Amino acid sequence: MSNALNMNDKLASFNDDSAEVAGRSLWQDARIRLMRNKAAVVSMVILSIITLMAILAPWLSAHPFDEVYWDFIQVPPNFAEGFWFGTDENGRDLFVRTLYGARVSLMVGLVATTVSLVIGVVYGAVAGYMGGRVDNLMMRFVDILYSLPFMFFVIILMVIFGRNIYLIFVALGAVEWLTMARIVRGQTLAVKKKEFVEAAHASGVSTTKIIFRHIIPNILGPVIVYMTLTIPQVILTESFLSFLGLGVQEPLTSWGVLISEGSKVMESAPWMLAFPATFLALTLFCFNFIGDGLRDALDPKDR
Amino acid sequence: MNTVEKAPILTVDNLKVHFPVDVGTIFTRKKTLKAVDGVSFQLYEGETLAVVGESGCGKSTLGRAVLQLLHNTDGQVVWMGQNITGNSVKEMRPLRKDMQIIFQDPLASLDPRMTIGEIIAEPLVTHHPELSKDAVKDRVREMMDIVGLLPRMINRYPHEFSGGQCQRIGIARAMILQPKVIVCDEPVSALDVSIQAQIINLLGELQKKFGLSLLFISHDLSIVRHISHRVMVLYLGNVMEIADKDDLYNSPQHPYTQALISAVPVPDPEARKKRVVLKGDLPSPINPPSGCVFRTRCLYADEQCAQTKPELINMGHSTSGENHQVSCHKVSVLDQ
Repeated sequence: MSNALNMNDKLASFNDDSAEVAGRSLWQDARIRLMRNKAAVVSMVILSIITLMAILAPWLSAHPFDEVYWDFIQVPPNFAEGFWFGTDENGRDLFVRTLYGARVSLMVGLVATTVSLVIGVVYGAVAGYMGGRVDNLMMRFVDILYSLPFMFFVIILMVIFGRNIYLIFVALGAVEWLTMARIVRGQTLAVKKKEFVEAAHASGVSTTKIIFRHIIPNILGPVIVYMTLTIPQVILTESFLSFLGLGVQEPLTSWGVLISEGSKVMESAPWMLAFPATFLALTLFCFNFIGDGLRDALDPKDR
Repeated sequence: MNTVEKAPILTVDNLKVHFPVDVGTIFTRKKTLKAVDGVSFQLYEGETLAVVGESGCGKSTLGRAVLQLLHNTDGQVVWMGQNITGNSVKEMRPLRKDMQIIFQDPLASLDPRMTIGEIIAEPLVTHHPELSKDAVKDRVREMMDIVGLLPRMINRYPHEFSGGQCQRIGIARAMILQPKVIVCDEPVSALDVSIQAQIINLLGELQKKFGLSLLFISHDLSIVRHISHRVMVLYLGNVMEIADKDDLYNSPQHPYTQALISAVPVPDPEARKKRVVLKGDLPSPINPPSGCVFRTRCLYADEQCAQTKPELINMGHSTSGENHQVSCHKVSVLDQ
């Protein structure tokens, strides 16, 4: 009954000349296609759960993340005492520490990627659109930064400013935007030759407005895909830095730190490696599936 | 053509557009591609001047250079008495509201991320930022109605329309500021024949209604005959002949024009007509022939054609009083 009513409404609005018809944008199309991709949807659900757990970490566990339990040094998972993932060699609850590690790892991934996104997109779009000498100059600067050894750069930063979580954000963002800028520049070169850009130019639209109104929205597809693939890369790099002892400082932790500690006692206390490693692997899997799903959803835009 | 006034709205004088190109794969040499090489013409108010020629003869380049979307190497573009050659992007901006362009590929000329309402409104909000949202929307709806689109489609996206509808959107965008000149860069060559007629007739109506001047770039001589007042024939970036439509179609003077006109298909299977068939291919604009650029394919070429480049010669007044101009050394010989 309600369906029939609905049908009538639709017919009425179809016949009514003054009512405006809503269009379906390419973004809406892409979202519908993404929602049909099971792997991507499952990944998004898992990722949301991990994120929620990380945010709610202090309320999910009875134990604080830095409390040392002298009676429970390096015990396997123990449900009676609430040590669901066991404890580490200092007698701290591994469950809450894994979630705190998730906070740091996810935050590093997000912040560093956002930094790289903002700088990379604007830089790449300007270089690509301006072209000629400006483009040459800007991209050679990127090449020079590319050739600086990354580890060396991070170690120098650490030595000068001391170990600091914000420094890792900056360091990772400062490196990741280079690739983003290159991708955006390439996409811009393709888009700026399109006739709608020329039409905007012929209408007297200013260069800044052309870049922000026409170029950037049309290159966002590949950029978003690359972004979802950058996040796991950044998380992995942070884990690597932590593994080398250049990451976050105790008692704060990240997945990289936990895996590094776990790998040392892999044989006597395998749970110390297994839980953080599982979380890390799961997160990376999810981001990659979402990236794949997004690429498939955004690709057929030139229909 | 008594509607044509005698002060040209646009004068193009000896316009040249050359592009530097690299020739060769590893050992590149710099050469110049002469896309447009010394074109002069006038465009009057309310008039359609068609630019015809083979692909690669510089038609589109000419259209873009006239609008200063490309910088010309030499020559002048005079817009309503004002020389606009070499104007900066900023200096051009206020002038752009009087000169617009319609493109060949209707879908590619519309931003796929914007609704057609936003697309049509873009020139309006650029030149009149003071207008309220409602005022802009009213103008857009009015314009959509004029070009034959349903105003309630205002929130739809370009990919939801057919080619002909997309071209109407492009025309609405070009018309919304009521410009004086529109450069139409092969506006119908990507459309079906039945849709072509609709778009051509729409352009004709708009021209009558708003007193538009059109620079109509095309390679389709039947369409040109239908819409234009005067026709300019281009070959390798050079003007071969400019004349009134009727003069050009009935008594083409230049050997190239004669070949073009004879190639127009006649919708009559019984008709047998004399074809002038050209030999060879279009020479490269990087390495154009000396003297007359057409001499390599001309049936009448001789020594003189290889040595000196012919100037545009007046062949006397035609019906409208406008000159019939031809650039050929052999015109007087051909006449006999």
